[in-house]
Amino acid sequence: MSDAVKFVVNAAGRPVPTVVNGHEQIPFQGVGGYRPEKSKHAPPIRSCADYPSSGDKRVASLEAALRKCGLKDGMVISTHHHLRNGDRIALQVLQTAARMGVRDLMWFPSASFPCHAPVIELMESGAVHHIEGSMNGPLGEYCSSGKMRGLGVLRSHGGRWQAIQDGEVKIDIAVIAAPTADAFGNANGAHGKSACGSLGFALADSMYADHVIVVTDNLVPFPCVPWQIQGNNVDCVVEVDSIGDPSKIVSGTTQITRSPDRLLIAEYVARFIRDAGILRPGFSFQAGAGGIALAFVAFLRDMMREKKIKARFVRGGSSKYLVELLQEGLVDYILDGQTFDLDAVHSMATDPRHVATSPFTSYNFHGKGNFASLVDVAVLGATEVDHQFNGNVVTHSDGRLLHGIGGWQNCLAAGCTILAVPSFRDRIPVIVDKVTTLTGPGELIDVVVTERGIAINPRRKDLLDAVRGSSLPIRPIEEIQKEVLAICGGQPEKAKVLDRPVAVVKWVDGTVLDTVWQVGELKGLLRPAREASAE
Amino acid sequence: MTGTTKTQATQTATAGRDAEDVRSDLNVVIEPRESGGIVIEVESRVAPYYGAAIQTQAGQVLKELGVSNARVHIRDQGALPFTIAARIEAAVRRAGLGEGKRALPERVAQPPASAKDRLRRSRLYLPGSEPKFFVNAGLHGPDTIILDLEDSVHAAEKDSARILVRNALRCVSFGAAERMVRINQLPMGLADLDEVIPEAPDLVLLPKVERAEQVVEADRRIREISTRYKLDRPVWLMPILESALGIENAFSIVSASERVAALTIGLEDYTADLGVVKTTQGDESLYARLRLVNAARAAGVQAIDSVYGDVDDLDGLRRWGQRSRALGFEGMGCIHPRQIPVIHEAFAPSQAEIEKAQRIVAAFEDAQRRGLGVVSLGSKMIDAPVVHRALKLVGQAKAMGLLPPEKEH
Repeated sequence: MSDAVKFVVNAAGRPVPTVVNGHEQIPFQGVGGYRPEKSKHAPPIRSCADYPSSGDKRVASLEAALRKCGLKDGMVISTHHHLRNGDRIALQVLQTAARMGVRDLMWFPSASFPCHAPVIELMESGAVHHIEGSMNGPLGEYCSSGKMRGLGVLRSHGGRWQAIQDGEVKIDIAVIAAPTADAFGNANGAHGKSACGSLGFALADSMYADHVIVVTDNLVPFPCVPWQIQGNNVDCVVEVDSIGDPSKIVSGTTQITRSPDRLLIAEYVARFIRDAGILRPGFSFQAGAGGIALAFVAFLRDMMREKKIKARFVRGGSSKYLVELLQEGLVDYILDGQTFDLDAVHSMATDPRHVATSPFTSYNFHGKGNFASLVDVAVLGATEVDHQFNGNVVTHSDGRLLHGIGGWQNCLAAGCTILAVPSFRDRIPVIVDKVTTLTGPGELIDVVVTERGIAINPRRKDLLDAVRGSSLPIRPIEEIQKEVLAICGGQPEKAKVLDRPVAVVKWVDGTVLDTVWQVGELKGLLRPAREASAE
Repeated sequence: MTGTTKTQATQTATAGRDAEDVRSDLNVVIEPRESGGIVIEVESRVAPYYGAAIQTQAGQVLKELGVSNARVHIRDQGALPFTIAARIEAAVRRAGLGEGKRALPERVAQPPASAKDRLRRSRLYLPGSEPKFFVNAGLHGPDTIILDLEDSVHAAEKDSARILVRNALRCVSFGAAERMVRINQLPMGLADLDEVIPEAPDLVLLPKVERAEQVVEADRRIREISTRYKLDRPVWLMPILESALGIENAFSIVSASERVAALTIGLEDYTADLGVVKTTQGDESLYARLRLVNAARAAGVQAIDSVYGDVDDLDGLRRWGQRSRALGFEGMGCIHPRQIPVIHEAFAPSQAEIEKAQRIVAAFEDAQRRGLGVVSLGSKMIDAPVVHRALKLVGQAKAMGLLPPEKEH
């Protein structure tokens, strides 16, 4: 298919295909440059006359449900990733469909995990045509090596909502694994043995898909409250023994890293937030689950205590540490996208100040605003960042798919965006001349914090002025890079990618930001036992 | 092999761990051959970026070591060049090749030489066989770092670690930190000195010292090597007393050489020697530590305390450090970078102490200006030792960054 692909150079200077998986594309037009003019997508109108007035929408099995929803060749099947690496349902759905003899499905997960690696067999057998969603580990390798039939499409969490809402992706059947549900289809992630907190990533699927199946291992009598997923959007309900492995859905407790270098970076991040004057009464920040993202919160907490400063809200990925801030009264609200440990799951289920959010409220760019832009400071990771402060999170420097975008692109809307990264990993420099795959335009990335110094985007004169006189090691990004190259033994070789695309990276407005290329044979590459996974 | 090389049995040899948890290190297997030149195979976690560079470097190292026929297999987990060179050299030597030769990587600029009485509040231990900890150690701001060849290095890895530490002294920037090496007990420690002294470490820690002769022997060897390599900077010594006998001989040990800049104690071995349990209060070692402080001060050198072993107990560490300072110690060891700021805080003079010292120094300077022999502050006469202590404290406070230089009196 690649032979027919036409490319244009977009506003970021990257060649991108004009057609992806049969759909016309709009190339990236600059940040805020594209304005859609059509109406939102809408699923068909349904009538209560076609649903049981008893409210009991149960069917005997997943297969029966898929049949009832009219499963056929070429359909788009969506799933969510709130069960993370413990998810049993996504794979079961696709395997069931394959057993039913269906072919060429498009799987549209909100993210994929290592547990979904067997989807490769379904792509090999023809049951699944391609995946539009994050791909890492074995799925990433499969796509990167050019074996997938269609192009991968990588979207942010907000971008996925936008794509569904705008009709770029029309979901035929959404399958929603639900830790608790009633027979009407109301569902939540707050309760049950497989509790995962929120079900926000499945909300758009439930609203816009032609058909919706709820699968649960904890069926309760009507009403299931809170109804994060409303049964009014649900076609049928399937009861199963288990939707996932609880130990892999959430961790018991989240631990802060003990890596001295990560702690140093985290400390620099917190001190920057303080010295730049962002730490002030009523401020807000975003925190994740990664090593540095978790650790900077611990440093920030100490500063908040010391200065008696309270935050209005914190944007999670939530864990024990954010819950402690809430309970200590250091923040008024947790606005939570996903829930990483048992403490956080319990908090969301019991504390009204711990709010489950969806990508619509937090991230969707085609709405009348979203709260990501109200966050004062967001702390994020990256695989690479370049002299123009462009960031890459989706591929290794050699071009292989590594991570999904997650909420990363959406968080760039924050008042101050900080990339907290080691200056090199193993021997591979993180600060580069030009990022391999553009995932975030540098004009939205304000600060790069490494263990060897902090670089501020020259566009942010206000931040440069704010930290003048601070004891922090503020340095030009090129100077940090030069030091790292001396340590690593010079510039690494450039990625040797082929001229065949395997995936595209979408910007938050649905335009195409960059292309991921097929990677040739990597001679002599030692693969670590455990490749990083992320959503 | 050429006829000029001393005939020696050669064998297949390996260096560097080969396991899944290895990071920033590599495994090298070398198979000496009679002919066929050099064959190098590289597998690497960073092959797409530095695969060719590793090939080239390996070839150069083998050439410098005079190896002309061998098959070499490298499994690299993202090692930096100084580590790659060290592991290849270790494997070559273990294979019975490269005798008398060193493959020395390019040297980075050395920090200025150490003053004998420089600030040594914290000394960060770095296991000498774990290169992944070396590169960023200086970023954590310890006063000194220790590349350890003794207890943290397995007996079978001593030869390889000493080459690695030598290369680190040449190539790794530890920032403003003083660069110490803890060698093994003599006589094995003499081989450590042969390898590392040419790279001018600032200070050598001598473990398990019980008699002055051990210090004298190390001193002599350092002098020989320094002369041979024309070193133009001092290499200080810090004996570690780790037994009851060592404590008894503290003064003769600390006075055994002009190189001795500080004296310290190893509490694990000392308490074991006593047959008592090591506690977080340290009552069982109080006598030894006080005796050590007295001996060190009698010889005019620094007394430095042991380490605090519980990395998670920063409050316990703070208490230990404050008490330690009160007893007369000027610093202690750290086993994790997060201990550094706590130790620096514990060994810092209080604001009240600094202010008092500043007043005394000001009064002293005033008296000097007016040509008075007697220094007085208010109605009190200040004795010379008090002035001396105040001058020292103000100097330390400046070195610790507690006093801005412009406030100098």
